[in-house]
Amino acid sequence: MAKTMFEKVWELHEVAPESADTPAVLFIDLHLTHEVTSPQAFTLLREKGLPVRRRDLTFATMDHSTPTTTDQVFGGVPIKLASARGQVEQFARNCADFEVELLGLQDQKRGIVHIIGPEMGLTQPGKTIVCGDSHTSTHGAFGALAFGIGSTEVGHVFATQCLLQRKAKTMAVNVEGALAPGVSAKDVVLAIINHIGVSGGTGHVLEYRGSTIRAMSMEERMTVCNMSIEAGARAGMMAPDETTFAYLQGRERAPQGAAWDAAVAAWRALATDEGARFDREVHIDATQIRPMVTYGTHPGMSMAIGDTVPVHAGDSVYAASLAYMGLQPGQAITDVPVNVVFVGSCTNGRLSDLEEVASVLRGRKVAAGVHMLIVPGSQQVKREAEARGLHEVFAAAGAEWRESGCSMCLGMNGDTVAKGQYCVSTSNRNFEGRQGVGSRTLLASPLTAAASAVTGRVTDPRSLLA
Amino acid sequence: MDPIRILRSRTVVMATTNIDTDQIIPARFLTTTTKEGLGAQLFADWRYDASGAPKPDFILNTPAAQGCQVLVAGRNIGCGSSREHAPWALVDFGFRAVISTEIADIFRNNSLKNGLLPVIVDGATHEWLLANPGAEVTLDLETRELGLPDGRKVTFPVEAFARFCLLNGTDEMGYLLGQGEAIAAYEALHGKQPAGATA
Ligand code: SF4
Repeated sequence: MAKTMFEKVWELHEVAPESADTPAVLFIDLHLTHEVTSPQAFTLLREKGLPVRRRDLTFATMDHSTPTTTDQVFGGVPIKLASARGQVEQFARNCADFEVELLGLQDQKRGIVHIIGPEMGLTQPGKTIVCGDSHTSTHGAFGALAFGIGSTEVGHVFATQCLLQRKAKTMAVNVEGALAPGVSAKDVVLAIINHIGVSGGTGHVLEYRGSTIRAMSMEERMTVCNMSIEAGARAGMMAPDETTFAYLQGRERAPQGAAWDAAVAAWRALATDEGARFDREVHIDATQIRPMVTYGTHPGMSMAIGDTVPVHAGDSVYAASLAYMGLQPGQAITDVPVNVVFVGSCTNGRLSDLEEVASVLRGRKVAAGVHMLIVPGSQQVKREAEARGLHEVFAAAGAEWRESGCSMCLGMNGDTVAKGQYCVSTSNRNFEGRQGVGSRTLLASPLTAAASAVTGRVTDPRSLLA
Repeated sequence: MDPIRILRSRTVVMATTNIDTDQIIPARFLTTTTKEGLGAQLFADWRYDASGAPKPDFILNTPAAQGCQVLVAGRNIGCGSSREHAPWALVDFGFRAVISTEIADIFRNNSLKNGLLPVIVDGATHEWLLANPGAEVTLDLETRELGLPDGRKVTFPVEAFARFCLLNGTDEMGYLLGQGEAIAAYEALHGKQPAGATA
């Protein structure tokens, strides 16, 4: 019978299939862990006197609460935020006690968990990958079944390398056509979320398909899969192809030699079979997508930059959201003055994102009164960017360049947006207070973020592209 | 985890749609390394003013909300971050059930593991609950029925195994540890290679 990629990967990992009474026992090939959602799981192991069952399949980094200023990371200055310092120190102790491989604060490979997995070649097609983090969906860009779990489940995977899971439904997201110049993967995924809705994917694993996806680089594919959770989806997947294999070949933790050839042959068989049925299908015409920006307090509240803020008379929740954002129905988003621009996060903190930003900033200045923060997704991204001289472009434009981490994507590491300020951000969530109490987030692509930094207003990057 | 069989409680209504877990518990409180005490920070940015004083008109600060175990929320509660701190905070505050028409996947999963019953109801029942804050309801996990004050009963879905665990106050870890032989057999079959790279 014709199967979807999700079904194939699922079946390869069934330790025990599901029944009416019990969920399936699913084997996990890669467990990524970080300092925020693991402490309580380590406590559980200690209480029960259990070890981490498969240390070889468990990998740790620190990213969420780590600082991004060089003095606190490499300069010997203690982490200023005391609670973050405690968490980082405890995580290092936990990993040492349970013999889990950890990229510590000063490790040259450290970075955001969803950046380093692919970068090191740990993320591979056909794997089941989990992490106590909802953006684990990122890894689905390789044809892995990757999803976020809670801390209790982190404990389950530590102890048994397995999870109890009910099989999700499947949804094909067919994206067809060439993107217009200046339109990027971020705009595509914002358009998809706008189309499906923030809960439209609930209970489903999405499979992104079509010519637009096939034409994307791995970096772009990761940007799209990253935000699957913002449509409520359990996970997002894309069929592995030559682009995937070319990205992975030669990476540190990817299969080598004969094992590589065998793996590629197996990976080719993972794609959804001709005629396989999805529970739901949606179609997106990529040729119609324009640069997007969010105007509200969830990622589905987005619009093309040239449009005006929608009017929903009589909707009090909508009105409250706009009030929080300090916006009026019907107004042009291009009127909004920008206070902060944040480039980074697991959505858009990779080298290609930084190159796009540099392409706009080269020979230009960040507008007076705008604070632009550029945070690489990993230390490796940082080194590669610096090898290309991007940090000099950023410095010349007046932007700040930091060490890697989640930074301003979420307000828990000292990098925050002040109350009432507008931040054009390449991250993935515009929830109230996400970037700091009272912060107002406008999600956009790296190109749009850079263009907005230059003009000091929300700006369609096409107006600055030669 | 305390077993749940029957809950009888007045409801607290928060009609806002898409209540994300960043609202339930903001990120700056996630530097904790335990589960305890998060109830004080539940909905912190809606509940307290800049000086940290409770906002008197926020529902959880009103006398009517005290002692209530059932939260009725607008459509799609729990979206966003996977933080289990969200159900920990709700439970620590005293909630044992959340009712909505849609509940986000990870939050629903996390809730079930912490004795917080996620209850999905139809649109009409939801409308009624939203319009009648403080209504005395019963949630019977045995029969999977929500009882309304006028005697109406509405069935709600609960995954069978999660229901078994909630009814008995047991956790899934014991069951998973009991699968040791099957897990070892799977590991022996695949060796060090992930199944997807050798099939
Ligand atoms: S960058 Fe943001 S979304 Fe990504 S893992 Fe870090 S906090 Fe989560």
